[in-house]
Amino acid sequence: MHEPHKDYLGDKFGMWLFLFTEILLFGGLFLLYAIYLHRYPAEFHQGGLELSRLFGAANTVVLITSSFTVALAISALQQGRRGLCQGLLAATIVLAGVFMVNKYFEWSAKIAHGIYPGSPELAQSGGTNIYFGLYYLMTGAHGLHVVIGAAVLAFCMLRIGQGRVTAEDFGLLENGGLYWHLVDLVWIFLFPLFYLIS
Amino acid sequence: MTHKHIMPFGLLAKIWLVLLALTGVTVGVASFDFGYLNVLVAMSVASAKALLVVLFFMHLKYENRVLGAFLILVFVILAIFIGFTFFDVAWRPEAGA
Repeated sequence: MHEPHKDYLGDKFGMWLFLFTEILLFGGLFLLYAIYLHRYPAEFHQGGLELSRLFGAANTVVLITSSFTVALAISALQQGRRGLCQGLLAATIVLAGVFMVNKYFEWSAKIAHGIYPGSPELAQSGGTNIYFGLYYLMTGAHGLHVVIGAAVLAFCMLRIGQGRVTAEDFGLLENGGLYWHLVDLVWIFLFPLFYLIS
Repeated sequence: MTHKHIMPFGLLAKIWLVLLALTGVTVGVASFDFGYLNVLVAMSVASAKALLVVLFFMHLKYENRVLGAFLILVFVILAIFIGFTFFDVAWRPEAGA
C-alpha cells in the first residue's frame, strides 16, 4: 500500500505565498487611496460622512466573529470533534452571508441616492467621485473575496464530511482558514479608511 | 507527520474579545476631531488588530520563523512601495491637478 505523498509545510508555505500576493494586490489599492486622500482630504471627509458607521461597524463585528469561528473550527477538528467543527464552519458561512446581505443593502441605498461611479451627482466633484470610485472598487474586490472564501470553507466542510480532511490531516482546513482570515484582515483596514475618515 | 499545536478555545475567545474591544475603541475615537491624528490613531488600532489576527487566528506565532520573516519582508516591500510614491506625490506643487 502506497501512502499518498503529503508535504504539510510545503502546502502551508504555498498558501502564505499566495496570501502575500493578495496583500500586495490590496496594497496597490491602499496606495491609490492614500494618494487621493492626500490630494482631496475635504472630499474624502465629505464622502466618509455619506457612509453609515453603524453598517460598517456591524459588518466589522460580523467578520471578526467569523474569523473567530473558523479558528475554533480548526481547533475542534484537531481535537477530533468533527460535528462541532462542521457546525462552526456552517456558522462562518452564515456570517459571510450576513456580511454580503448588509453590503447589498448598503450599496443599493447608495445607488438609489445617485451615488455610483460616474453618476451625474458625483461628476460635479472630482474628489468625491474618486472617493466613491475607490469605495466601490475596494469593497467590491473585498466582497468578491468574501464570496470565494465562503465557497472555499464550504468545500472544506464537504471534504471533512467525506472523511478526507481529518484530525490527523487538517492542512486543507488550515489553509482555507488562512484565506478567510486574510479577508478579515483587509476589512480591518477598509473599515476605518472608508467609514471613520469623516 | 506534523506535530500539531492546537489553539485552546479560551485563548481564541480572549483574542476575539480584544478585537471587539479595539473595534469599539476605533469607532469611539473617530467621533472626536484630532485632525490628522485621527488617521494615525485609526491605522495604529487597525495594525494592532491585524497583528492579533496574524499571530493567533492565523497561528503565525507558532509557525516556522521563516514564515514570519517572509511576512515582514512583504510589509517592508509594501512600505517602500507606498513610501517612495509619497516622496514624489507629497512634494508636487499644488498644480491644478
